[in-house]
Amino acid sequence: MKSAVVIFPGSNCEMDTVLAIEKISGRTPEKVWHKDSLPSDTDLVVLPGGFSYGDYLRVGAIAKVSPVMQSVQRHAEAGGLTIGICNGFQILLECGLLPGAMMRNRGLHFVCKWTNLKVTRNDTPFTRFSKDVLHIPVAHATGNYFVEPGKLQEIEDRGQVLFRYCTPEGELTDAANPNGSLNSIAGITNEQGNVLGLMPHPERAINKELGSADGILFWESVLGAQTVSTP
Amino acid sequence: MQPQVEITPEIVAEHGLTPDEYQSVLSILGRVPTITELGVFSVMWSEHCSYKNSKPLLKTFPTEAPHILQGPGENAGIVDFDDRLAIVFKMESHNHPSALEPYQGAATGVGGILRDIFTMGARPVALLDPLRFGDPANPRTRHLIRGVVEGIADYGNSVGVPTVGGECCFSPSYDGNPLVNVMCIGTIEKDKIIRAVASGAGNLVVYFGNATGRDGIHGATFASTELTEESEEKRSAVQVGDPFVEKKILEATLELIAAGVLVAIQDMGAAGLTCSTAEMAGRGGMGIDVSLDLVPQRAENLSAYEIMLSESQERMLAICTPEQLVNVEKILNKWDLEAHVLGTLNDTGMMKISHAGEVVANLPADQISENSPVYEREATKPAYMADLPNANDWRPDTDVDLKSEWLAFVASANICSKKWIYEQYDHMVQTQTTTSPGDNAAVLTLHGSDDRLAITTDGNGLYCYVDPCEGGKLAVAEAARNVACSGARPLAITNCLNFGSPLKPEIFFQLSKAVKGIGEACRALNTPVTGGNVSLYNENQNGAIWPTPVIGMVGKISAPTKALKGGFPQAGLEVYLLGRSHSNLGASEYLHWKTGDAYTPCPECDLAQEAALVEILVEGAREGILSSAHDCGVGGLAATLSECFLWSPTNCGAELELNAAEPNLTGVCNVIFGEAAGRVVVSLHPDREEDFLRLCTRYRMELAYLGKTIEEDKLTIAFPTGPVAFSRDELASAYYSMESIFPSTEADVPMH
Repeated sequence: MKSAVVIFPGSNCEMDTVLAIEKISGRTPEKVWHKDSLPSDTDLVVLPGGFSYGDYLRVGAIAKVSPVMQSVQRHAEAGGLTIGICNGFQILLECGLLPGAMMRNRGLHFVCKWTNLKVTRNDTPFTRFSKDVLHIPVAHATGNYFVEPGKLQEIEDRGQVLFRYCTPEGELTDAANPNGSLNSIAGITNEQGNVLGLMPHPERAINKELGSADGILFWESVLGAQTVSTP
Repeated sequence: MQPQVEITPEIVAEHGLTPDEYQSVLSILGRVPTITELGVFSVMWSEHCSYKNSKPLLKTFPTEAPHILQGPGENAGIVDFDDRLAIVFKMESHNHPSALEPYQGAATGVGGILRDIFTMGARPVALLDPLRFGDPANPRTRHLIRGVVEGIADYGNSVGVPTVGGECCFSPSYDGNPLVNVMCIGTIEKDKIIRAVASGAGNLVVYFGNATGRDGIHGATFASTELTEESEEKRSAVQVGDPFVEKKILEATLELIAAGVLVAIQDMGAAGLTCSTAEMAGRGGMGIDVSLDLVPQRAENLSAYEIMLSESQERMLAICTPEQLVNVEKILNKWDLEAHVLGTLNDTGMMKISHAGEVVANLPADQISENSPVYEREATKPAYMADLPNANDWRPDTDVDLKSEWLAFVASANICSKKWIYEQYDHMVQTQTTTSPGDNAAVLTLHGSDDRLAITTDGNGLYCYVDPCEGGKLAVAEAARNVACSGARPLAITNCLNFGSPLKPEIFFQLSKAVKGIGEACRALNTPVTGGNVSLYNENQNGAIWPTPVIGMVGKISAPTKALKGGFPQAGLEVYLLGRSHSNLGASEYLHWKTGDAYTPCPECDLAQEAALVEILVEGAREGILSSAHDCGVGGLAATLSECFLWSPTNCGAELELNAAEPNLTGVCNVIFGEAAGRVVVSLHPDREEDFLRLCTRYRMELAYLGKTIEEDKLTIAFPTGPVAFSRDELASAYYSMESIFPSTEADVPMH
């Protein structure tokens, strides 16, 4: 599988993401500068975390019109695997590749801490593993997921919610929700299931010494997924 | 153009220059300075840039050892780490700007220290923030802490450098004059180090980064005077930060250095363009000729004086050969930055500045940067130190309930967990952080190295107030203990010396004694000083702050040794206390909390014992003898044992016994709240007990057996006065209560 990590000015998790993909797949992903386009044979594209364009205007708003995003959009619409982590998730929302929007965290502060994620299904390219609670950290100020009630029902009914904040035992409680997201949502896919946005950072959870290796399950699932070629 | 101003004695005084200093200016120039030149001397000879009042003291620090690659005098110090990597580190203060505008003051402090690190070619890998605030109940304190923490968070998080540790202490002594110190650590391949020394006549002077505005004019001189009511009006001296530009200049600078297209580079920090041109030229014995018309400007009609003194943030000054300019431009353009060639280097040794067709300054560069005035100030022992009351005279109330006392103390602002602060900092980005901020030291794995880096910051203003020499030693000793508790060998220190006005003999006494103590401890522990920062004139309406030297220390855990943490890792371990078993309440946080006045003699620092402790911890970690280690510092055993228990996994507790010299309540209070120095609580597997005891005997370490860790979520301690037991929940709700002191629902009242 050929993967690519997009770098915007202000991205700051791109190296962590590159290292995670390298460690799990043994292959170095293409680093794609925001002024360029994705290589045509890309199977997986990751928009990493950070503060693209300094979060100016609104999180993800300027990245949306960055040159690279036209090819990302084409890749995603053609069914190519696409992941947005943290700021990457915010960018996917801005582009309309995923439904909903992000609000400022409920506590109004940036929050960096370990969270537990309930995995809702194991039949997607991102979750082909049996563990149902993952220990993965968050680090964001704007991760309070919102979508209008009717749409929320739709994405729930279609099984688009892949990850929810929970207790270590897998219970959904208010205290386990770090930002006030609706239905404790931490990660969702598009209707087709090939585009994933998630606020937690699986690239930060690939080494027990750093707190958890649960992210390896996620990356193994994604990187071992059936490749879908882009036109 | 420069303003046509006649240089009167009043103008000279306004620039913070003494009549004697002005005489030196006249003799250096052989004429009356222009107003721009006066401004240049004013900032370059401020304490912040010249260390004129502290230089004779700082010279006494030990600065050399085989592992020190760069000592004081550069943008940052450098220590050898492994075959390939070196560690670049430095600490700075941003106290005065933060007192007036906490958010921007703290944010730009982070920006400045990051630039000190990456201008040497190092990638910043960690930040630590030692903070001091006034009384937590004071609304001004609440405004300051919110702003400072948010400023640090927004800047550091955005640039993508994890904030992995620091400290936060409160005392009315810091009311109105908070301390905001920032330490940054970077890594560099040893053969890639670049220094800020200009060379090569005909080489180009290239400016990039933010345009220049009016912000921060006279920041450096402002940082060298006392805060008064009028300071509030000097708000324009506070700069405004933009972390997005910082991130771009960081990446661009590292790319420029990696590509080998630069001769030298320096950031424009304190004293802006003045300091960067004078220092780079001065260090290299070069002359520099620049035109201010070529400086990108974001305000209209800036005078030469303003351009030279502006402290607009995120600006860099580089030297490159004319041939390399095209390559420099290519890299800068990639990051949407522009190269502005301001002028050239020459052999004249003169710093020549022109603006609008006029030479506005023409000065010998080395005279202003390297030959600033130096003063030997007068020191007088303050009267209050003469007869401090004995802490042994203090008696607890006879009806005090030990358990509720312990819980209330653990919930107090100085002892409770600082999670409320550090969860606002991204402490994990770059995926090298193995510890939660708050543990002994921050421990980082470094990409490309098998060894682990340990970092800590420590300092205790109360100890230094009652005994600055002993306090200075204790700050270094505590830092070494924290680094060693993680299993690391201490390597070197940087420091930030936060004091009042050196013109007052009592304050200069504090400064000189603290420097003496720090130097002695650094010699004893083989941790040379690689640089640092002096922040003087920290005073408010009530006088000087507690003298507060803060030590930043780095250490190394050699592979394959695993880092130790402070929490008990599992049940079934033996628990010991290394160091003196008995203690009193002298200068303790408990007395400070209880009575508001803890001015009693501080613990004594036994440097030989501290050095032995380091050896035991390093060897104990290396040989796998120790399972955990946690320093016993501020808050005594009450704080340490609470943390050992709360940082353990659930279903792991401890059953301990503490003896007291006096088998009564007073004795027990001394044991649990006393802060005798040189103590560490360790746990170890029963199989390793024999090795452990042999190790302690070899270093003649005093020790006491405390008990065992158990498979129950409970901390039980038997005292001569009876047992006390805590469940995890009750202790946790006290310890993790900082949010209730600073609730996020409370409206922030700026109180400008």
